[in-house]
Amino acid sequence: MTKYTNTGSKDTRSGFGAGLTELGQTNENVVALCADLIGSLKMDDFKKNHPERFFQVGIAEANMIGMAAGMTLGGKIPFTGTFANFSTGRVYDQIRQSVAYSDKNVKICASHAGLTLGEDGATHQILEDVGLMKMLPGMTVINTCDYAQTKAATIAIAEHHGPVYLRFGRPVVPNFTAELEFVIGKAILLNEGTDVTIVATGHLVWEALVAAEALEAKGISAEVINIHTIKPLDDEAILKSVGKTGCVVTAEEHNILGGLGESVARVLSLNHPAPQEYVAVNDSFGESGTPEQLMEKYGLNSAAIIAAAKKAISRKK
Amino acid sequence: MKPNTQQLNDLATQVRRDILRMVHAVNSGHPGGSLGCTEFMVALYQAIMDRKEGFDMDGLNEDIFILSNGHISPVFYSVLARSGYFPVSELATFRLLNSRLQGHPTTHEGLPGVRIASGSLGQGMSVALGAAQTKKLNGDNHLVYTLHGDGELQEGQNWEAIMYASAYKVDNLIATIDVNGKQIDGPTDEVLPMGSLSAKFIAFGWDVVEIQLGNNIDAIIAGMLDAKAKTGQGRPVAVLLHTEMGNGVDYMMHTHAWHGKAPNDDQLAKALEQNTITLGDY
Repeated sequence: MTKYTNTGSKDTRSGFGAGLTELGQTNENVVALCADLIGSLKMDDFKKNHPERFFQVGIAEANMIGMAAGMTLGGKIPFTGTFANFSTGRVYDQIRQSVAYSDKNVKICASHAGLTLGEDGATHQILEDVGLMKMLPGMTVINTCDYAQTKAATIAIAEHHGPVYLRFGRPVVPNFTAELEFVIGKAILLNEGTDVTIVATGHLVWEALVAAEALEAKGISAEVINIHTIKPLDDEAILKSVGKTGCVVTAEEHNILGGLGESVARVLSLNHPAPQEYVAVNDSFGESGTPEQLMEKYGLNSAAIIAAAKKAISRKK
Repeated sequence: MKPNTQQLNDLATQVRRDILRMVHAVNSGHPGGSLGCTEFMVALYQAIMDRKEGFDMDGLNEDIFILSNGHISPVFYSVLARSGYFPVSELATFRLLNSRLQGHPTTHEGLPGVRIASGSLGQGMSVALGAAQTKKLNGDNHLVYTLHGDGELQEGQNWEAIMYASAYKVDNLIATIDVNGKQIDGPTDEVLPMGSLSAKFIAFGWDVVEIQLGNNIDAIIAGMLDAKAKTGQGRPVAVLLHTEMGNGVDYMMHTHAWHGKAPNDDQLAKALEQNTITLGDY
């Protein structure tokens, strides 16, 4: 089992803030817009360092998305920042028409995604955002797993021409990918195995590694793949792995409908049908609670991945 | 040299012919608002905007235009074609399969002159604000012009943008509202009365220019020059352009019936008889 070291737990949103701060210094075309959540999005440093390139739009997300689309005319690379719920569902038509259909180089950066937003409850815990965004033609969808990956992704998307949805979150989670190369659209093979493939994204990636270690102790060899780019999906990496293991578990902090799991199922059904188990929210809204309580109640942790892996293996012919 | 009033009126007549023939050919599209804004669009592109030759998406060092009420695409396409952005003959492809002239304007098919998709209403003001802010960042002193329907102002996003524009002194923006008092379901005053648009814009911190004769080329040019003179003074500028929907075709005027309906063969012939000056139909 390949070992990964947590170099110090951090929140993924701080990775976004750090990446944006670096971009501010290295790319003068990067501009940032925020809808009254500068502190929550960790955009303080960019605002302080580049006040002329920072745009506080107030609690007006539709206007923020439209402005971002317009700012690309003349060569700017706008990064919008607000919670995932207000970055997607609230502004879906603005993103659809002014950004995606218009092919504008806008980076929609969304924090507080999923259940791990915690106590604020279901109004703010969007579990449908990946589905909403991946259905838009031309949209790149990225869900990062730790501080280092979020920072790397933030920097990488500035160099990628086209609309991007970058999803991250609020909780403090292990930081372990600093040494791994981040390439948009390229899966990361975290652990090689032969009995089952675990494909994980976002906050479930560390849980997948914990699960793989526990499975190994029971004599089950799990391959762990981190999919940070849900669209375009690294079909090749998934097919290569499942071709070897013969079954798969997908793990994500998202509704089972519209998430990574469905994308993986599409690739497999078209090319190499195989038993698949889903670790995801079973078509429901969230609720108030601590992130840990919620992830346990809704079955989004290493224990759930272990159970799903065993079930997937049992379904192999 | 800029064209004189007669030349602009002749061009406007030709644009009306284009609009009527385009919507007739595919038995769909929006002639009413297109005809109502014909003189404005002709004046804007031929006498007001400072435009470069050719087209690039960034629009650096030139005035740019954002059409927010995208359903009046016929007038937009005709004026773009007759201003040299693409061949006039391409107007014959309006709303056809594999055309760059989609039902509503889009950048998706690469039509020169279009910088944003519009059709779902209420989004153009925000896009224009962003473009205007980028012009300031780029040290580009040119202006951003927009056009919106009056009914379109019922969309809430406009008021987010209108609030932002004055708060952050976006004074390189001239937003024109086509005040024809009509929308699909009837008069705006019956569908959702909006009260005084002038008072609303002023209350939101904008300068307001009223063009009462919104189908008169000279009045439009005078009003737009007035609006232009108000830019750069810390406030965004709204132009309330009072127009007649369906202008230039008697049976299409004074009614909302032709908002989104095409004329039949006989109706087209009658409409063209009222607009005989041609610079060469497509």
